[in-house]
Amino acid sequence: MVRVLLFGRLRDVAGWRERLVDPTPATLFALKNRLAAEDLALGEALAAAGVQAAVDRALVRGDIALAAGAEVAFLSPMSGG
Amino acid sequence: MVRLQSEAFDPGALLSGFCQGREETGAVVSFTGIARGGAGAVTRLELEAYPGFTDAEIERIADAARTRFSLHDVLIVHRIGEIAPGEAIVFVATAAAHRREAFEAADHLMDYLKSRAPFWKREHGPDGARWIEPTEQDRSDAARWD
Repeated sequence: MVRVLLFGRLRDVAGWRERLVDPTPATLFALKNRLAAEDLALGEALAAAGVQAAVDRALVRGDIALAAGAEVAFLSPMSGG
Repeated sequence: MVRLQSEAFDPGALLSGFCQGREETGAVVSFTGIARGGAGAVTRLELEAYPGFTDAEIERIADAARTRFSLHDVLIVHRIGEIAPGEAIVFVATAAAHRREAFEAADHLMDYLKSRAPFWKREHGPDGARWIEPTEQDRSDAARWD
């Protein structure tokens, strides 16, 4: 099981902010594919330019293996100040 | 020090506190960002952070700036949650031996906060809500320091 968090406009697209995905997908890309299979619009939004992923609160580039209990956050383009 | 808070803050009080007790610091520069009303188009701003991630990322950049610009100290206070037009949203202060480092460090930190710090900002107004993403200008401002 992994915990998935969405930030920014991704949350509006999906209609949720946080959910558990079980069983644990083998990799980050497998998780993305699974979310996209359930929700096409979310899949497209996750593939958009500028969307980043963090696993256990560290930014990740490319694919990475997921451990059970991981926290995966998808981050839409950021803007502060 | 990096602080994320939902409460309003007084930039003048933060600056006074930051200046106190410094005998070797020749320069303090501060920047205050204020939420704009857009001539009635924006009634409130909503700013979201990722607790445990946003603060750690900003700490990392503040530490790097401390080294890069030989800073004596740095303070970053950023609002999260709901912010009304006219309220301060971000405060950055830098302390260094000389003014150039203090100015450059404050400029650098603000460019980073505008386009790369993990915040998500949404404007609410009479026409509904919209997410604000960094402009090309914001991105090229931040790239000046790469």
